[in-house]
Amino acid sequence: MVEYNKGIPIMRPFIDQDNQGYWDAVKQHKLVFQRCKTCKTFYQPPRPMCPSCHSQESMEWVPSSGKGIVYSFVNFTTDRMAYPAFKLPYSVVLVEMEEGVRITANTAEIPAEEVYIGMPVEVTFEDLAPDFTLYRFKKRGA
Amino acid sequence: MLTEYMARKYQKDKKPPVDANRIKDRAAIMGIGQTKYSRFSDRDELDMACEAIKAAADDAGIRVEDIDGIEAFTIDRFAMPMLANCLGLRNVRYSSEVTGGGGAACGVTMHAAAAVVTGMADYVVVFRSLNEASGQRYGRGDGYAQYMLNAVTPHYGYHWPFGFVTPLGWAGVWGKRWMYEFGITREQIGWWPVVLRENAQKNPNAIYYGRPITHKDYMESPMIVDPLKLHDCCVDTDGAVAYIVTTVERAKELKQRPAIIMAAAQSAPIEQEIQTIYNRPSISGLVETWYMGQELYRIAGVGPEDIDVGEFYDPYSIGGILQLEELGFCGRGQSGKFIEGGDNIRVGGKIPVNTSGGLLSEAYIHGYNLVIEGVRQIRGTSTNQVPNAEICMVTGGPGVPSSGIILRR
Repeated sequence: MVEYNKGIPIMRPFIDQDNQGYWDAVKQHKLVFQRCKTCKTFYQPPRPMCPSCHSQESMEWVPSSGKGIVYSFVNFTTDRMAYPAFKLPYSVVLVEMEEGVRITANTAEIPAEEVYIGMPVEVTFEDLAPDFTLYRFKKRGA
Repeated sequence: MLTEYMARKYQKDKKPPVDANRIKDRAAIMGIGQTKYSRFSDRDELDMACEAIKAAADDAGIRVEDIDGIEAFTIDRFAMPMLANCLGLRNVRYSSEVTGGGGAACGVTMHAAAAVVTGMADYVVVFRSLNEASGQRYGRGDGYAQYMLNAVTPHYGYHWPFGFVTPLGWAGVWGKRWMYEFGITREQIGWWPVVLRENAQKNPNAIYYGRPITHKDYMESPMIVDPLKLHDCCVDTDGAVAYIVTTVERAKELKQRPAIIMAAAQSAPIEQEIQTIYNRPSISGLVETWYMGQELYRIAGVGPEDIDVGEFYDPYSIGGILQLEELGFCGRGQSGKFIEGGDNIRVGGKIPVNTSGGLLSEAYIHGYNLVIEGVRQIRGTSTNQVPNAEICMVTGGPGVPSSGIILRR
């Protein structure tokens, strides 16, 4: 679960040539990952060259199922290491997606004390500004 | 290499022969210098760097203007030429910067050693100066973001928007997974900070000198980012450290016992990022530390059983503890049990660690204070001396391109 303190900007993604497709999809409430057409391997974060076959033409965007499990997580409970725009406590989960890649995000509708390693989750989206959308993870049935 | 890492095996025959490594036994750390470590220096970093470097030159018995090489960090706050101007250096022939944050703590030693053994310079100064306590703290949420915006950091864009902005948080993620996979307990982790604080009681330069803690104090200390408590976190420090690297031949002419560099390495294998190392087959280990360690042992021709004392980069306790596994001082997942009670890591134990108090209790000068403590151990002048210490390992890291050196008498 995440709530914000007013007046402090939330940091935005750094958009570059390699991750433009990733963040463009997020704006449309879709999650995509980069995969090499040749060797069919997923990579995160996105990159301009496939590290296995060294092709620079073979990387493509593939829609994610949006489902995964919590691989690990941290709860921010004091302001010493938290980002001040966030109300405490808040969770950051590292989710292992069905595609095999892992991404971090906040949770949606899960109290911090209920997060556990192995929790099945699925992606959801929140528009924070007309040009700024983030993904989160909510509980799902196993 | 992934298969070798996952099995924690290493195939020596695929590697070039050791004599291909030209640094081995040819370079040494001579002079060491430092400023006072404090929580509020009231000085800028350039000012402190000059003091530490002058002290290091004096300690080595060379003139400041003999320095002809400068080894810096990619995240220093002042321009390297300005430093040369302050010191009055007129013949700087070699300079470079090393990346990796604290992972470069010994990578700089390696570059300096390479410079002197190849004749690019005679005396290379290696330094770090920072106001991490009173200045802009990159270990804290807002500070880190501002600090690192200047660096090459597009990958932080996958983490910062989620309020995930601090090294301690990033480490908590792999730390929690490590505890989960191996059943490591908080009680076990607590012994690392407790032993380091004991060590700091013997070191008048340590920030926490005169402020001991018990294991009970540790357990009762506040949680900062689960699973890390207050005493698991390094001590933000203002101060500077410098040392001089030269060839072994020159070192023998100088006034101190040289700390000879047996091996130096820095590695960044398998989906390396700056601390957000989450897209590896396993995140409950530090593959960069393992690989760096294998290189060090191979080049030096020694093993973990030969190391008399270790100074391991520990910006948070678990970062130091996990290195014991990856460097072969205990088995995979066994470090919790290994440090229980603290005897194995105290002076007199199997591997005495961070004898000056380390980053948790002496000071956080980005690991450079560990290097000069390693030199003191080799000289026999530490305030917490390991009797007859002949071989010392120092590391930088963890979770970033990690480096290490092995020093000997």
